[in-house]
Amino acid sequence: MSEFEPTHPPLLSARGLAFARNAQPVFGPLDFSVDAGEALLVQGDNGAGKTTLLRVLAGLLHADAGEVSIDGRAATASLRSRAVSYMGHLPALKSDLTALENLDFLCGLHGRRRGQLPGNAMAIVGLAGYEDTLVRQLSAGQKRRLSLARLWLAPSPLWLLDEPYANLDLDGINLVNRMVQAHLRDGGAALLTTHGAYAAPPVRTRMLVLGRAMANA
Amino acid sequence: MIWSAAKALMIRDLRLLWRRRGDALQPALFALLVVVLFALALGGEAQALAKVAAAVLWLAVLLAGLLALDTLFRGDADDGSLEQWLLAPVPLSWLVLVRTFMHWATTALPLLVATPFLAELLHLPHDQLPVLLASLALGTPLLSLLGAVVAALTVGMRRSGILIALLALPLYVPILVFGAGSVAAAAQGLDPVGALLLLGAGLVLALVLAPLAAAAAIRIALD
Repeated sequence: MSEFEPTHPPLLSARGLAFARNAQPVFGPLDFSVDAGEALLVQGDNGAGKTTLLRVLAGLLHADAGEVSIDGRAATASLRSRAVSYMGHLPALKSDLTALENLDFLCGLHGRRRGQLPGNAMAIVGLAGYEDTLVRQLSAGQKRRLSLARLWLAPSPLWLLDEPYANLDLDGINLVNRMVQAHLRDGGAALLTTHGAYAAPPVRTRMLVLGRAMANA
Repeated sequence: MIWSAAKALMIRDLRLLWRRRGDALQPALFALLVVVLFALALGGEAQALAKVAAAVLWLAVLLAGLLALDTLFRGDADDGSLEQWLLAPVPLSWLVLVRTFMHWATTALPLLVATPFLAELLHLPHDQLPVLLASLALGTPLLSLLGAVVAALTVGMRRSGILIALLALPLYVPILVFGAGSVAAAAQGLDPVGALLLLGAGLVLALVLAPLAAAAAIRIALD
């Protein structure tokens, strides 16, 4: 693989990426790359470091070694903030606000994709009619769907999804896959963590299997 | 971009405040309680009360602010909002500044409005009221900004409780000294402007530095 491919460098690439907690290696060193239009499925058992890897890629944690580049440039905070959307275990939703008010705030914070409206995004994720429901009254799966709506509205090309299938019913799993598919068709890329091979979206997919404290790409 | 993010955050905080409007009154009620208890303990003697009124009011406001300090970032840390703040395309320090301003506006500003009534309760001489209000107007934002740094430092802990008070109080001492001192100076017929200017200078300095420090502390806490 050539590093200086002039036409299009991979949307995200990591080289020798490693992370340790209290001198105990969590993962790595890892080498991988994701092109636009590709999904990377990160697999591993509980505790294999999937969430940590995504947090490192998002810039929430600092890697101990290695480098991450986005679009061929070394990932800085400002570059990440424009290119990356992260959906973690914590929903980042205010339970005392309605679904739509939450989306309004998150759109104000992250910016909004051209031509996308919070109301439409709620319909896409199957929450039409819940616009004025307080988030505290939504089920865990519905909160997940609301987070997906936020992701859908964000203008970033790279999605980092930590266990996107958690709490979702079969229809919800299909929804995630359809959204990933549409996002990839628009030239985006996605990283998904799962602990099983289930429900892999029908797109060009690379695999990254994390083992405990040692990984093979 | 930074204005739309600030606007979104302000609207969000105002909506949250409206949904939990009962909570919003708590700092003012606490200050009222402190003042009333003080008045009762001193026996309601107008002369004695007038002498300590400014100091008591300053202390009540400071303690009420301390009580509300933990709510500054706690909720946003627990539900993962802070993570999204970190990943947003606007500087974290800017969001911290806006959040601190909203926190000040919703906890300290009601106190400021209630101060003339509380002052009346303590028989504060009327000619000292403008100085007291000026010192509080300059002092409470400064308390909030310094408090934001402390709240950010303890945001990674499950229960910060008394630690936040232990960390914040030493930082609050100079503000209390100059704030209550300005009114004391006015009471003795001296010029209170010097102390007020020092508070103002501190406020300007904190406006620039405190959000940066608090943002750095949040990054460390979430790491």
